[in-house]
Amino acid sequence: MKYEVVIGLEIHAELSTQSKVFCGCSTKFGAAPNTQCCPICIGMPGVLPLINKKALEYTIKAGLALNCSIARYTKMDRKNYFYPDLPRACQISQYDMPVCQNGYLDIVVNGSTRRIGINRIHLEEDAGKLLHDQYADSTLVDLNRSGVPLIEIVTEPDLRSAEEAKVFLETLRTILRYIDVSDCKMEEGSLRCDVNISIRPEGQKEFGVRTEMKNLNSFRAVYRAIEYEANRQIAIMEEGGTVLRETRRWDEGAGKSFSMRAKEHAQDYRYFPEPDLPPIEIDDEWVEEIRRQIPELPDQKRRRYVEEYGLPEYDAGILTSSKDLADYFENCVKLYENPKAISNWLMGDFLRLVNEKNIEISDVPVTAENLVKLLKLIDSKVISGPIAKTVFEEMFNTGKDPEAIVEEKGLKQITDRDELVKVIKRVLEENPKSVEDYKKGKKKALGFLVGQTMKATRGKANPQLVNEILLEELEK
Amino acid sequence: MEITVKDVEYLAEAAKFEFTEDEKQKFAQALSDVINAVDVLAQTDTQGVQPTIYVISVKNVFREDEVLPSMDRDILLKNAADVQDGCYRVPKVVE
Amino acid sequence: MELYKLTVHEAVDLINKKEVTYQQIVQSALQQIHEVDKDVKAFITLTDERALEDSRQLDAVKADEEGLSVLAGIPFGVEDNICTQGVRTTCASKMLDNFVPPYSATAFSRIARQRGVLMGKLNTDEFSMGLTTETSYFHETRNPWDLNRIAGGASAGAAAAVAADEVFYALATDTGGSLRRAAAFCGVVGLKPTYGMVSRYGVISSGSSMDQVGPIAKNVKDCALVFQAIAGSDKADPMTATARVADYVGALADDIKGLRIGLLRECFDKGIDKDVKEAVLNAAKTLEGLGAHVEEISLPSVELAPAAHCVILSAEVSSNLGRYDGIKYGYRVERCQDLDDLYKKTRTQGFGDEVKLRVMLGTYALSAGNYERYYLQALKVRTIIKAELEKAFEKFDAVVLPTCSTTAWKFGDKVDSALAMFLADKYTAPASIAGVPAITIPCGFDVNGLPIGMQLMGKPFSEATLLRIAFTFEQNTDYHIKRPAIDWR
Repeated sequence: MKYEVVIGLEIHAELSTQSKVFCGCSTKFGAAPNTQCCPICIGMPGVLPLINKKALEYTIKAGLALNCSIARYTKMDRKNYFYPDLPRACQISQYDMPVCQNGYLDIVVNGSTRRIGINRIHLEEDAGKLLHDQYADSTLVDLNRSGVPLIEIVTEPDLRSAEEAKVFLETLRTILRYIDVSDCKMEEGSLRCDVNISIRPEGQKEFGVRTEMKNLNSFRAVYRAIEYEANRQIAIMEEGGTVLRETRRWDEGAGKSFSMRAKEHAQDYRYFPEPDLPPIEIDDEWVEEIRRQIPELPDQKRRRYVEEYGLPEYDAGILTSSKDLADYFENCVKLYENPKAISNWLMGDFLRLVNEKNIEISDVPVTAENLVKLLKLIDSKVISGPIAKTVFEEMFNTGKDPEAIVEEKGLKQITDRDELVKVIKRVLEENPKSVEDYKKGKKKALGFLVGQTMKATRGKANPQLVNEILLEELEK
Repeated sequence: MEITVKDVEYLAEAAKFEFTEDEKQKFAQALSDVINAVDVLAQTDTQGVQPTIYVISVKNVFREDEVLPSMDRDILLKNAADVQDGCYRVPKVVE
Repeated sequence: MELYKLTVHEAVDLINKKEVTYQQIVQSALQQIHEVDKDVKAFITLTDERALEDSRQLDAVKADEEGLSVLAGIPFGVEDNICTQGVRTTCASKMLDNFVPPYSATAFSRIARQRGVLMGKLNTDEFSMGLTTETSYFHETRNPWDLNRIAGGASAGAAAAVAADEVFYALATDTGGSLRRAAAFCGVVGLKPTYGMVSRYGVISSGSSMDQVGPIAKNVKDCALVFQAIAGSDKADPMTATARVADYVGALADDIKGLRIGLLRECFDKGIDKDVKEAVLNAAKTLEGLGAHVEEISLPSVELAPAAHCVILSAEVSSNLGRYDGIKYGYRVERCQDLDDLYKKTRTQGFGDEVKLRVMLGTYALSAGNYERYYLQALKVRTIIKAELEKAFEKFDAVVLPTCSTTAWKFGDKVDSALAMFLADKYTAPASIAGVPAITIPCGFDVNGLPIGMQLMGKPFSEATLLRIAFTFEQNTDYHIKRPAIDWR
């Protein structure tokens, strides 16, 4: 029998506010344990939470970018449970009135577009961190993360494969970064994903029993865990067994998932309205003000690049995959009218070096102005293509002006005819065999002689001129 | 409405208490008394009535996204019974 | 002179006339505490050294002729569920026996900024849950009018300390009637402000949607003075964002001519002591005699207030008290097998039975399957009560009712339980449930010579009107002047 995999995602993204959602402590990652805490975020008695306005606005912004409708009236709720990372034994979250509902995100998988429903997005606070590894018999609690603002994004069960889930996450991450509400660093835990997964015989309408997969720390883990879990469930079904409703923990090292707890007795969180926080009214004006802050999103941008700049889909896709890259590209385009040439440079040496050096695009020392200068140096034949690559690498390492580099290193193209004639005559003298071959009709020998000439000029010779002179000399 | 010993056991688990059998009996009785007394609420017609969560009409009270100094860690941890390496210490948590 | 017997404004007069020093006042109060508190047991923690030091400094300042606020140097006490930085704050619970908050409640800070002198922390029921302080981890507070009797609850320490002249006034909290009941039982004045009028920041949460801090004082003028100092919005409590402060002291005119006062009929039908009924009805007549239009009013839904209050309070308490897990502060069991064991042993040993019962009740009311029948239904009933009161306040400037149906009973006469509390709350719960202000003032004595309290409820933010009615009543009666006549010595 063939089975269909049904996947829904619950994504937690930490919002990139400066301060926590209910107090003024910093949200900066990586501080010494419990140094970014105060009575509010460690849940001392009597202190009260205060909502960070920006965290709410970021939630609305995310909702608008994901085509959600925004609640006009909303409130915060308490979710009650005991755990050492939850200092008040209740998390301030949202239950029946999320800020955002009923959205969608279009993703492109294998060339075709799929629309994935967004059930809801709500605002809540993050929990602290438990450190298990230092001591054998105890766990340490660090509450720096307690109270960092989170949005929880819940999709409809619309995804049908590990690949779709991966593309969805990549697309979502790009958007959240575009609108600047989360840095979405999975390795720092600022983007986390739980996966709900079930299978059903193809054609069947009812959903199968689903399991929930936790501890997925990378896109790769999401992909592998879905593949693993789908196969596990299929194997159970084919043996005539039943899939249990449970929470499973993904072990990336082992490449396996393990049962954490059966979900038959679903935990009762006893949600109720947070009595310490006044309700929130969001009027049209406020929503529109936030909407105006949303930049052109990657999907629109990609289509515009194809139409406006005549770029191939492939180029447009890569250039818009990060807002920083797209911004960089557009800055260049403003100064230089050959978009394809810019695209080639960005997709080529630029991204290669970004990846090799593992730096952020925003940290690349080459300004758009300098990259354009470089392209203009090529156009005006001051330097050759191969030399340009060398110059670019130098620019990437030092941030220097390309003209200065060319000047300093004497990399200007040799366009002086007499000078080149001298060099070529010497090359021909040193390679009588090739000259002979050419004269016998072996046209390939010309290429070798061009190469030797370039070598002799350390790449600085104008290749067209070299060609021209060589032909003249060989015909003599 | 009768609160049973089994109910008390469930509630005690949720609220993290542990009781002797005698205590469970006693709490079951005490809880039943109160639950019966508040049952007048269930008998009240509230058709079409909206719940009142907030007694005064306050809304949209926010703070700006400004970082304020955190509390000195030594002061913060002073009230904790078990501290290690600048952290609160608890028995090993098995996930 | 027995300085401790003075009211705040009398003491301020003497200080201004340089007839007494701050140190003399504080020493006098301290002497009274040493004299009587072994019997009354109002205090959990005494801050006598700090108080003496404060008064020394104030005298030094005064010598320099610097202007000081009206509450400067006046000894006061604070119920022990209100956080005081550097002074342990226990909530009368083993759970917080050693808790020293690194912050102060805003209400306390505002007095401290005026350089009021803190004498100590006052007994209460454990996490304010009780009627008698019998649930206090420390001891029972006894009524200065009769030491065999309760002083009320939970704010018994605050009311008894004021009644016994141990402090000039006290800050206490009221969630369902705690402050008002204790004040009534001890024959002093107590004001529960409108919800959102006084910051709850630093007040250890009980029923978050009803908790309020208010003054307990020897007379209405002192009550207004203290309320003036603590009222008003505070950035740290978002619920105070709409608080509008008036000139409460300035509002104290001996004139209620033309004010419309409703007399709540439901309170006098059944379940009320004869003496209490007579005293309150007499008080209503007095108000009428002073020029107010007094008219009977019926508010049938207020009968539901205790039940709704009980459910909402328990639900909020069950969540608010989850934080006491032995990890960040408070009591922690010494030995435990694992995390769950840590939670259970800590909470079972750290909390008393009344708190456990409340927490389980709230857990029950919020559980899947019960939420609609109990918690949600209570919120809807709250809507009905609130609407009925709002309608009443369209017609009336205030509603008069007893504060309690009885006077203070003897220890052991009634079992202190959630159910008993529920019944005792019947006159105080409506104001809490609806978030409206209410004041209690002495209006008579029963056959045993025990004080009786009259309660006045008003619409939100009408404290000035309530204080004015109370002041007028006080000016024309002498119940507030009578002090407990017990010979301590």
